[in-house]
Amino acid sequence: MPPTKAPDSLSFPVRRRCPFAPPPEYERLRAEEPVAKVRLPTGGTAWLVTRYDDVRTVLSGSAFSADGTRPGFPRLFPGQEQILQRPPFIRMDPPQHGFYRRMLIQEFTLKRVKTLRPGIQATVDRLLDELLARTPPVDLVDAFALPVPSLVICQLLGVPYDDHEYFQSQSRIAASGTSTAEQFASALGGLRAYMDELITRKQRNPGDDLLSKLVTEQLEPAGELRREDLLMMCLMLLHAGHETTANMISLGTMALLEHPDQLAALRSDPELLPDAIEELLRYLSIADFVTTRIAAEDTRLSGTEIRAGDGVIALLAAADWDPEVFGEPDRLDIHRGDRRHLAFGYGVHQCLGQNLARMELEIVFSTLFARIPTLRLAVPVDELSYKHGTLLYGVHELPVTW
Amino acid sequence: MRITADTKVCVSAGMCVLTAPEVFDQSNEDGLVTVLLPEPPEELREEVAEAVRLCPSRALDIS
Ligand code: HEM
Ligand code: SF4
Repeated sequence: MPPTKAPDSLSFPVRRRCPFAPPPEYERLRAEEPVAKVRLPTGGTAWLVTRYDDVRTVLSGSAFSADGTRPGFPRLFPGQEQILQRPPFIRMDPPQHGFYRRMLIQEFTLKRVKTLRPGIQATVDRLLDELLARTPPVDLVDAFALPVPSLVICQLLGVPYDDHEYFQSQSRIAASGTSTAEQFASALGGLRAYMDELITRKQRNPGDDLLSKLVTEQLEPAGELRREDLLMMCLMLLHAGHETTANMISLGTMALLEHPDQLAALRSDPELLPDAIEELLRYLSIADFVTTRIAAEDTRLSGTEIRAGDGVIALLAAADWDPEVFGEPDRLDIHRGDRRHLAFGYGVHQCLGQNLARMELEIVFSTLFARIPTLRLAVPVDELSYKHGTLLYGVHELPVTW
Repeated sequence: MRITADTKVCVSAGMCVLTAPEVFDQSNEDGLVTVLLPEPPEELREEVAEAVRLCPSRALDIS
């Protein structure tokens, strides 16, 4: 079925041209058409929102809803409705959203995350030992950027890391953006069955991990959590916990290597690291368009009328490059020290894993550049292949040498 | 300067603890914001104001 024609010919997702910068179209939209209608690959239309203030408005307050079960909720990829029919809490509104999020909050507070530091450091050290024992060039994504967050979230959740090849290949199909609805259904089915079996194993033999805790304390009949909801929640955590951070590690390493002055400044003053990480999060904004919403009432944004039921995509990369808020947004400046970026979203859905992600990135960047001071790209950035059109932006492979 | 925190809207993102650790904490049980210093000294004003601005759920206020 051909997609229905939108008044505007812009189609979504818009491709990035520079490996780091948001699509150049965002700049024009922000200046000329801050709320613009686009055609979605699934046929419908939605409003693209590109200004910082408007993006914050969409993501906070009750005029816009994250409830994926509302008819007309924007679907970016074929098959997505299979999740939106009964989504995890990232696509729910308060108060249901809070019911689930509150079950997890204790595991992700700054204090709790700090107790994971020694374990994460040991993982990073071990992976770098193994990497250094190999003959370069080595693919940094496969050898380091993906295993670090993957090992961390598996351990936290209680998912056997030995199964990572299976669930990573399935989530890759589900999140590729180019899979057909059938491929999506089969990948999701596989992931569901995998998680279902794991839940059964934890019921029989609980361990010292988050999944066991949820199974023994929250799952029916002991608690009020339905099995199907636990299952989707865990799949979301597993996916959100590694794809995001992995892309930040590989692209962040690339961005620092391509900005040697910034890397040198960071090396000479390690105290800059937290600011550098906030700046990389802003600059790369890899979760640009995960923040889809639907208007819950008739409203206006930057002068444009939006009707209840219209789909909205609050573009995080566009907000994070808004020159009204971030001067010279196209400059990677690790001294910027500005945490107002929206790379983790905003409002009640602001990333639950952000403290964990920050800590992983801190350990990764401080250790990587200290252990391998001569690290460099083995292939020029314009010859690499990037994850265009997938829900999370990243680089497929990053061959490095030293 | 006086701080109020609305735990009914707090989403436990922890931005406040990251920004002004002297003033804010998160409860061990539910991760909700707790105010360590309801009337922080004047020299912390900038930090506290930043935490209020960054809170994603607008749970914090200074008067
Ligand atoms: C640098 C890495 C990461 C980035 C850029 C990122 C980005 C985001 C964004 C933009 C949202 C908001 C989505 C929305 O409003 O629709 C979000 C939500 C979420 N993220 Fe992350 N994330 C990262 C790492 C993690 C990690 C490590 C976890 C660990 C489990 C995680 C778990 C979640 C969860 C559970 C939500 C849903 C929260 C809710 O709806 O209340 N994320 N993330
Ligand atoms: S920043 Fe706001 S939402 Fe987050 S813990 Fe503090 S008060 Fe709660």
